[in-house]
Amino acid sequence: MRFNFKCKETNHKCDKHQYGELKFFEMLLMKFHLFLCQPCREYSKRNKQLTDTINSVELHLLPDEEKAKLKSKLQAEIRKDSHS
Amino acid sequence: METLNPEKWIDNYADYLYNYTIVRVNDHIAAQEIVSETLLSAWRARRNYKGKAAERTWLTAILKRKIIDYYRKVNSAKGQAEVSMSYPSPEMEGDWIEENIADSQNRNAEDILENEELRLAILKCLKQLPKKQAEIFRMKTIEGIDTKTICKEHQITPSNLWVIIHRARKSMSACLEKTWFN
Repeated sequence: MRFNFKCKETNHKCDKHQYGELKFFEMLLMKFHLFLCQPCREYSKRNKQLTDTINSVELHLLPDEEKAKLKSKLQAEIRKDSHS
Repeated sequence: METLNPEKWIDNYADYLYNYTIVRVNDHIAAQEIVSETLLSAWRARRNYKGKAAERTWLTAILKRKIIDYYRKVNSAKGQAEVSMSYPSPEMEGDWIEENIADSQNRNAEDILENEELRLAILKCLKQLPKKQAEIFRMKTIEGIDTKTICKEHQITPSNLWVIIHRARKSMSACLEKTWFN
């Protein structure tokens, strides 16, 4: 069995964990590494804090195609006014 | 003294204004129309801008009026004002309405204000990310789109995606640490 103690990989595992995409065995490896490594524990803490913060508010972003439509509408209006 | 920069309105404020609206009108199409009307009205009323308030504050004031207009229109179309009451969960539908009088979905003004500020802080940090990073982070984290679909759309491998997400998360954390937590 090969254990991986690298911080970089643990950070990636921690990212995947934020999206519920970490397999059980990978999670065990991550927890084991976190137990031993303070900087990774810190990263994991901040990463979770980011997830909690973003999940604590409803965020809806205007779809890109709507933004593009709106932009051309507004620009047409601006052009119309600058010509008149 | 502040000046208006209409060319940048969409990039700088469209997401903020849309978010502000959707929370209040709960209808995507109506929210998009309200934001569009707001920006066009703002452009037509640009000479009334005195430069005392920040551009975003001024646009939000116009947006608020548009939202009120929207409610007036909806209510007059129904012939009368309507009090809407939502059940906390679908299973409770059909229960006595009196038992649900304290609507748990209703938040107080302070919560709404704090959420508004946090939302603004998140959007500002998102704008500081490189374009592709911001787009992938947004799709994955905010819209909850699955890895496979994002990879297909951006023609990247899953490991590329996770590298991008990692960089974006680090920048977002650092930015929010500076602007929100401290």
